[in-house]
Order: sequence, then structure tokens, then C-alpha cells
Amino acid sequence: MILNASGCLDALVAPEVARHLDSFVTKTVTPLPRGGNAPVRIAETDGGMLNSIGLANPGISQFRETLPRLAELGIPIWVSVGGFCADDYADLCTQLDAEAVVDTIELNVSCPNVAAPDEAAHEIVSAARAATEKPLFAKLSPALPDVAAVAVAAAQAGADGLSLVNTLRGLALDPRTLRPLLATATGGLSGPALRPVALAAVHACYRATRLPIVGMGGIETGRQALELVAAGASSVGLGTVLFADPAAPARIRSELLQAARDHGFPSAFAARACAHEDVCRVAAHPVALSANKPEEEAGLSNLKV
Amino acid sequence: MRSERLSVRAVERVGPYRLLRLERGPVEPGIPGQFFMLRPPGRLLPRPMSLCLAPPGELWFLLDVIGPGTRALAESEPGGEIGVLGPLGNGFRLDVARPLLVGGGIGVAPLPHLSEQLGRPPAVLGFRTDFHAEAAVLVPSAEIVVEPTLVAEAIPDGRDLLACGPEPMLEAVRALAPTAQLAWEAPMACGYGACHGCAVEIGGRLARLCVEGPVVSAATEITTRNLAA
Repeated sequence: MILNASGCLDALVAPEVARHLDSFVTKTVTPLPRGGNAPVRIAETDGGMLNSIGLANPGISQFRETLPRLAELGIPIWVSVGGFCADDYADLCTQLDAEAVVDTIELNVSCPNVAAPDEAAHEIVSAARAATEKPLFAKLSPALPDVAAVAVAAAQAGADGLSLVNTLRGLALDPRTLRPLLATATGGLSGPALRPVALAAVHACYRATRLPIVGMGGIETGRQALELVAAGASSVGLGTVLFADPAAPARIRSELLQAARDHGFPSAFAARACAHEDVCRVAAHPVALSANKPEEEAGLSNLKV
Repeated sequence: MRSERLSVRAVERVGPYRLLRLERGPVEPGIPGQFFMLRPPGRLLPRPMSLCLAPPGELWFLLDVIGPGTRALAESEPGGEIGVLGPLGNGFRLDVARPLLVGGGIGVAPLPHLSEQLGRPPAVLGFRTDFHAEAAVLVPSAEIVVEPTLVAEAIPDGRDLLACGPEPMLEAVRALAPTAQLAWEAPMACGYGACHGCAVEIGGRLARLCVEGPVVSAATEITTRNLAA
């Protein structure tokens, strides 16, 4: 139910954090090693952060050598893959299909910091589908003019689920020099600013496809996670919040269950897609709307990692 | 590393800098040169700060207020709480025979803790102005130079150098002593290897400074900025 967003946790460096997830999603793996973009790569903005990491990763061959260590986490491993043409994705999926430890493959067709693949999402999903029988989740950009239409095309091409959403392209300027803070000028915007964007994409794509959806974008509290579930997410991905709070997975899990119960649901999953129902579910208790101070609500985080 | 919320005991002025004094709680101070991620109230991302000193029951951090994060930390009220994650990264090796601490500007920050752990060895500290040089009060036995004199001009031969400061100073120290230990910095969102934001070029490849540093041997080539794309 609770995953990390791809690229927001290194389970080999911080396995104790990863073990609090229901599944671990790797940083995107590409066919060849990539050093990533030049620094400066990150900047804080009002309501979010920008990153321009540029898919830094060791490449599929070296990545496969780390799979036995990832398996030791004892949770399902999702591998995010990225390429620059449909054949790249097919090749990556063929290699991962042979790895029993890989539970699910996420197709990153939406990184804002590298050149976009040549083919459209449905062609990439089709190529990947032909290469593997493992579950395939297509990770889509919220910048698509009609994300639901692309979700439908991905579903028709054989996607088993959707990961919504990737970051939005943004720019931050140095207040002193008025020059871009990031070396690549623009980067991917994540964090609270992305939350309503993610909510809208999940809402639209659930309505259009009824596929399983990993909802992600600025989630900091269980209350916010519940809203994504209500919009149609079947799982929730944590991204930027992990940078500031490695204890977030356990905290948000407990907050999410409590928030669901406050609305009369026996579990968080039972609240799935309730935003689409005609029946109005009013919270049993007054809802804390100032939900942006997670520590104060959840007590001390005390995670040894 | 450990994630805790620690009470603010005081914020004191040290020249143009601020000394943030937190109650230590259960947090270990770690090895000098290691750092902590401090969560400024009201900001999304934590900020990496090396530990300045660990007096009984406290953790001290020396801040240069350069943006909204450091400003929020510096404006913390006594009794308030700051989220703290750490200690993180690789600190200084302490098995040196003839240590000399070298600091420049806010790079003096980790040296008080280092000085204490090494038995108060000699130190050379360089600052832009006499006002900045007031921070030298934190480092015992320090020789102080103020621009236009540079620290590299005041470093004697035959010492094991442990340095923290601006990059031109670190490069000058490297040129003097290939065996020196240099503490670098880079923007970080997480401090524990998750975000890949603090990439620097180490030995010709991009690597995470939070995992492979921040203290790196001068024998290792490192470039933190102005890389070709």
C-alpha cells in the first residue's frame, strides 16, 4: 500500500527506511550507465523542490548484480526502467523478466530531466508487454494535455497499472543573480505544490481506466494519502517527504489508517475511489485541516536508520 | 544515524554568524566532520550542517545566514524544536601524528569539535574581516589571518592538515599537502544517499558527497561546481 517514489530512496544505503515500505521501487535503470546531470541538481522552491538528477544509475548490467542485496529487504522489488526508444524498454524488460526477485516493472516514460523517448507511451508499453509477463506500471507525466487519454492507451497496450505522477518541469532563479539555480536551468518540481496536480491526474485516470494506481505527489501526511486513495489510488508513493523525514513511511501508514477510520472505513483501501461515489462520507471527527506539520501530529519520530 | 526533534536552548551571535545550541537528547555527536540534517521551521527541506561542538547535554551548530533555511534556523526561539537527522557521512580520520587544523570563513564550523577530539592542536583560521574572525573564539590555540592574507600563506611545513573552508582554500591546501583531509560541501536534500542531489565529481566520476564525504583525502581529485554538462 505504501511505496517510495522512484529515485527518492536508496535501499542499499538506507535499508531500514525501505523495510517500512510495502514495496521498494528502485531508481530508474537505463540500458547504459549514466552519471547524471551536472550539479547543482537540487533547489528548494516555495511549496516544493526542483531536482535535475538526470537518471543517474549504474546501467542494467551492474544493477542486476545488486538484485540479491535488494532481495534481502524481504519486500517486493519494483524496478523502474527508462530509455530513449521503445526498443530500450523492451530490452530492459527482457532482462528483468529473467530475474525472479523483480516483482513489478515501472516504465518511466515521463522524466522531465532527460530527452523524451521517441515513441508515445502506448508504443513503449506495447514493446515492454511483449518482453515480459511481469506486472507493468506506466509512470506518466502530469504535464500531458490529456493524461487520462494516455492512461487509456497504456491500458490498451497492456499496462497493468499506472504510477501517477512524475514531476512537473519548473525553474528557480538565484535571488541575488537572477540566474537559474540548477545547472540544467529547469528541473522536476515535487513536493506539496504537486499535490493537487497528482490528485487530479489520479482522479481522471481512475475514472478512465479503473486500473490499479500508485498515487504520488507531495504526500506528507496520512490525511493527504487518504485523499489520493479517495481519488482512485490503490497505493501511495512517498517522494520528497522521505528526504526530510526518513521515518515517514511508518508515520504515514499509521496516520492513513486512522484517517480512513475517521471516515468510517475499516481500512485505507476501503476508501478507494470514494470521491467518485454519489454517497457522501462525512468524517466522524472534525478533520485536522492544518495537516502540514507531521511531527506535531504523530509525536516524535524515533527511527534508527 | 538517528531522527529526533531536539529543543532549542539558545541562539547566540558569534561575529556575523549564529551559534545554534540544541539540547542533545539521545543523539550521538558522531565523529568530527560528520554532519546533521537540520529541519528549519516552515521549510520543506532540511539543511546539512556539520557539528560545531558537543558540550555536555548539547549539540552546537555554527550557521552562516545565507538564505531562508539558515534564517529560519537562526530565528529559532529557545524552547522550540528542530528536527535533526544524523550523524551522517564520513568525518575526519583522527589517527594523525602532527595535526594542524585549517579553516576559512564558515568552514571553521566543524573545527571546535575536531580540536577537542584531537587534544587542542594548533590551528590556522582565515577570515574576510575582523568581524568574521570573531568566530575564532570557538577554536583554541588558533592563529588568525584576515584578508588580504590567506590561510595557505600561514601554514607551516610538516603537519597533517585537516581543513574545511571555501573551495579555493581547499585547493590551496591540497597543493601544499596531498595527504591533507578536506571537508567539502554541496547542496543536499536528504543527507543519507536518497536524493542524489549532492553529486560532485570525485576521482573523475559523479558521486554523492553525503555517502563518500564530506571529508575526502586531498589525494582524491574532487570538483564540486562548474562541471561541464
